[in-house]
Amino acid sequence: MDWMAWTWPTAIFFGIIAMLLITFTILAIKFPETPRVGILRIETTRGDRLFITLLGSAFINLAWLGIVGANQPYALIVCLVYAAAVFRWV
Amino acid sequence: MEKTVNQKAWFLVLPVLVLVAFSAVIPLMTVVNYSVQDTFGNNQFFWAGLEWFEDMLSSQRMWDALARQAIFSAIILAIEIPLGIIVALNMPKRGFWASLCLVLMSLPLLIPWNVVGTIWQIFGRVDIGLLGHTLDALGISYNYTQDIRAAWVTVIVMDVWHWTSLVALLAYAGLQSIPDAYYQAAKIDQASRWAVFRYIELPKMAGVLMIAILLRFMDSFMIYTEPFVVTGGGPGNATTFLSIDLVKMALGQFDLGPAAAFSIMYFLVILLISWVFYTVMVNLDKREGK
Repeated sequence: MDWMAWTWPTAIFFGIIAMLLITFTILAIKFPETPRVGILRIETTRGDRLFITLLGSAFINLAWLGIVGANQPYALIVCLVYAAAVFRWV
Repeated sequence: MEKTVNQKAWFLVLPVLVLVAFSAVIPLMTVVNYSVQDTFGNNQFFWAGLEWFEDMLSSQRMWDALARQAIFSAIILAIEIPLGIIVALNMPKRGFWASLCLVLMSLPLLIPWNVVGTIWQIFGRVDIGLLGHTLDALGISYNYTQDIRAAWVTVIVMDVWHWTSLVALLAYAGLQSIPDAYYQAAKIDQASRWAVFRYIELPKMAGVLMIAILLRFMDSFMIYTEPFVVTGGGPGNATTFLSIDLVKMALGQFDLGPAAAFSIMYFLVILLISWVFYTVMVNLDKREGK
């Protein structure tokens, strides 16, 4: 754990991201899909939607930290709602 | 005949993956690790949670640097893109002069950043520099080490001098790819010069112009060397852009935690804007392909 100053929370954080990437790669191979056009009026695949979700979630967390400043885990609920919306409508 | 499917070729990209992991992914992960910890040196780290992010979000210093950075990028894009297009439109289309123009335009692009900085640092000096001395002789007060406006003008003019040719070359390449038939049709319709530009040249250049905007935005948003050499971020903090501030914090003060939190936010902003540009670019291409 000393290597690169690893801590459990960051290891879990990267573990989850790595798992998401692997899951979506397997999904893309097993169930190929055609891109679709959503409310952003751009063509997106599942991978694009995952990227939009992760990037948006980072900003949601920062906004929560900057504006609310407490109860950070609740920001994750907002992120989940956001993720569902992205996968449904984008 | 059945097509044989063979995915083994993927192993050929393995060396690239290893290289990218060592040069980009693992350093980035280290930054994330630093951003949630505190250190007093000696490679000892203490858990700090989201404290540094909170600090940075409420730090006036970071917001000021971000504002300066955004203003700088907006100004240079507003100057370089139209200027590059104008230059490209006025360049000779073929023959000796076209080649000469291309060579001359590429010259500034070949000069390393710190050399560009040094050139302008000396060029602008009032005692020995051609620009500074001339302006001084004309009675215009110009001193980029003390006057905020002079420092900004110097840094912006330097960037325009260094990078407008890139925009011009890209726009020129876009213009060259327009078949003559378009211009002939426009002539038959007695289209004005503006109409030719608006309905033929600009749409045909849109793709390369998006690349030019993306490149110039990313480069200007990460600019470090040139302003550092010329003004050192001064006078005061007037030209301290994001990366200059970041280096001061990380290496000057050795505040690894706050600097790491700062870097992550900086990275997220660049990632977001680049993604927007990239998406627009790809969609432009698709619409053109239809």
